[in-house]
Amino acid sequence: MFESLTQRLGGVFDRLKKRGALSEGDVAEAAREIRVALLEADVALPVVREFVARVKERAVGREVVRSVTPGQMVVKIVHDQLVELLGEAAELRLGSPPAVILMTGLQGSGKTTTTGKLAKRLKDREKRRVLVASLDVQRPAAQRQLEVLAGQVGVDSLPIVLGQPPLQIARRALDAARREGFDVLILDTAGRLHVADDLMDELKQVRDLAKPQETLLVADALTGQDAVNVARQFAERIGITGIVLTRMDGDGRGGAALSMRHVTGQPIKFVGTGEKLAALEPFHPERMAGRILDMGDVVSLVEQAAETVDRDEAERLAKRMQKGVFDLADMQKQLRQVTKMGGLGGILGMLPGVGKLKQQLGEAGIDERVVGRQCAIIDSMTPKERRDPGLLHASRKKRVAAGSGTTVQDVNRLLKQHRQMADMMKKMKKAGGPKNFLARALPPGMMPRP
Amino acid sequence: MSETNWLKRLWRGGGEPEMPPTPPPEPELPPPAEPDVPPPEPGPAAPPPPDEAPIEPTPDEMPPPARATAPLQAQAPAPAAGGWFQRLRQGLSRSSTALTSNITGIFTKRRLDDDTLEELEDALVMADLGVETAGRMVKRIAKGRYGKEVTEVEVRVALADEIQAILEPVALAMPERRERRPQVVLVAGVNGVGKTTTIGKLAKQQMGAGRRVLLAACDTFRAAAVEQLQVWGERNGCPVMRAKAGADPAGLAYDAFERARREGFDLLLVDTAGRLHNKQALMDELAKIVRVLKKIDPQAPHDVLLVLDATTGQNTIVQVETFKDLVDVSGLVVTKLDGTAKGGVVVALAERFRLPVHAVGVGETIDDLRPFEARAFARGLLGLDAAA
Repeated sequence: MFESLTQRLGGVFDRLKKRGALSEGDVAEAAREIRVALLEADVALPVVREFVARVKERAVGREVVRSVTPGQMVVKIVHDQLVELLGEAAELRLGSPPAVILMTGLQGSGKTTTTGKLAKRLKDREKRRVLVASLDVQRPAAQRQLEVLAGQVGVDSLPIVLGQPPLQIARRALDAARREGFDVLILDTAGRLHVADDLMDELKQVRDLAKPQETLLVADALTGQDAVNVARQFAERIGITGIVLTRMDGDGRGGAALSMRHVTGQPIKFVGTGEKLAALEPFHPERMAGRILDMGDVVSLVEQAAETVDRDEAERLAKRMQKGVFDLADMQKQLRQVTKMGGLGGILGMLPGVGKLKQQLGEAGIDERVVGRQCAIIDSMTPKERRDPGLLHASRKKRVAAGSGTTVQDVNRLLKQHRQMADMMKKMKKAGGPKNFLARALPPGMMPRP
Repeated sequence: MSETNWLKRLWRGGGEPEMPPTPPPEPELPPPAEPDVPPPEPGPAAPPPPDEAPIEPTPDEMPPPARATAPLQAQAPAPAAGGWFQRLRQGLSRSSTALTSNITGIFTKRRLDDDTLEELEDALVMADLGVETAGRMVKRIAKGRYGKEVTEVEVRVALADEIQAILEPVALAMPERRERRPQVVLVAGVNGVGKTTTIGKLAKQQMGAGRRVLLAACDTFRAAAVEQLQVWGERNGCPVMRAKAGADPAGLAYDAFERARREGFDLLLVDTAGRLHNKQALMDELAKIVRVLKKIDPQAPHDVLLVLDATTGQNTIVQVETFKDLVDVSGLVVTKLDGTAKGGVVVALAERFRLPVHAVGVGETIDDLRPFEARAFARGLLGLDAAA
């Protein structure tokens, strides 16, 4: 989208260059392109309208006209404006214990999972004593779900008393939190529609009773136009202090973030980025803006690389590569790294403007499983063979193929890839070391064959 | 048999509001839970006590706690009289208020010009139809009307007709494959869309139609997901195959299929863990379930339902595309249409994939899974009376 928005805007501004002036029609056309880009990212229309109006104001200014690349300049303005409106990252404000956090949201937005993640975060990072309690008497086994999650992250959960209505559970939880000296009490609630009056009233009662310091709206990052309605209703009826966006690990563009931030005026405090209980991160407006504009998330990629790549190992490998040494064992380590980072798709997804490339990869029949299979082939070799692939003659290849459940052709293909990579390492040695991370993470052999 | 007839109609979603004239006779009752069902876990898996059962807008519709001995359908007729359409309208009227008031505002007899069309397009975009589809729809509406004086209703009806024409071919009930014993239905979708709830409701409908249903709780990942399905099984009185948390879902699916065959079940509903379509490993796991089922019957799973959340925006399209490529989705179920989300993406989906929409979810109670009806949906979306 970033690419295409730039291109689309480029078309508009090419004409500008020829004529030397920006017509009203050009501005309107540029605005329309931005509008479409944002709508395709699921930003709600009323929010888009306001946003585009603001961008227009700034874009009509001289800086754009004088710029060598007005299209990119406008994209930058759009991006900066997005960052500004998405607001700063905000931490939880937790007062005197027991501080109560109330989790609210629609059905299936991820409240219970987020409650577990938040409990873990508070316990691990801030060393707080956390009690969790589920007031969800609607969905079967919801209370049990939270109990299990609490067990997994190692925090206490309020014992389940079947048949108690939410308000009573809340009362019991508050008593327990006070009596047993917990720092934080997280109240998970049943998913409810923002238009279900009875349930919203019930939530209000819980709020009045528990007097939460934080009332978080948990919302799906994949939400569409309805995001404004949901956020506004929860904000008006319950009064929220922050937003948690879940399923940020999906490939949705996350326009709901802007919509919700805009209509509630409340900060986005966390984003859920995976099914694991550690996958809750603070919100980064720049990254979100980049994502909404499909500019990729290079920062996340680098961070993830830093997290998953064993530094010592990487340095050792780099040194070997500088010497121009690259055997099959080294290749295996690299393949494992790729898998750890979420496979090729995962890495590509975080690169800017690769939406199309990713699709092409899929069409070219690039199979994530190839990586696993290649690992298996190397696993089936002896250490000696890994160090010296030249040893692998016909009968050894047969053995390796049988051992890894592949064919001799597969083994040959892998050896060829390795040879190409080893050759490249030698060339890099001459050129002065590996240039960038990607050259290492994505061996050429794994790119689609033309 | 008259009672299978009306149930069939209910399931297949005929036209008029329909409710059974007579409750199903006793002999056709779904069997009580199988003796070899693993005993429910104490605690949450136990039959929900009255106030643990779902709180509903209409309490008299509340299904009795699990293992009801009365015919399961008996509780539905009275309150649901007026048919599913009423319920759908109820839900959709919320959905359509915004859209309706938008369009109402636009058309109080004025000339159809570019501004008007753009406003109309905006209204459709807000209904989640997507920029592209909304633009196309409006262009079609404009054809032959541009520049003419038009009334509000005229345009709305025309728009509804357009939408209906797109939706009609996909408004198809899930095929009832009596020749397959069991008919194996795999239910998939991303996290939190309502797969398990949909299965619970589906199981009830099918049992009401006199079919013996087995549920397989293949979501071995999410905490207490198995218990959740177990509760639905108890409410419906149908057995649930389960495995330990973290067990291989494909293995469980295989066992469930074998058991369903051995014990002559008519229908096996396989619940799966929610998975984002961009997580390759999880999608592979789903493919494995399909692969393993095919070992018993190469035709299985006979149906693959993809459950979609109406509140999800344009990402729905990618979801359908990815799941369809991987597990050959045969039909869609759209949930959470009782909120303000308009579910307009269904129109875009119908145009693009032509996959049948088997049912819509319009509430949390066991009877809130309704057949998808093009006319009602289109008219409801535009705030028009279905009869108009």
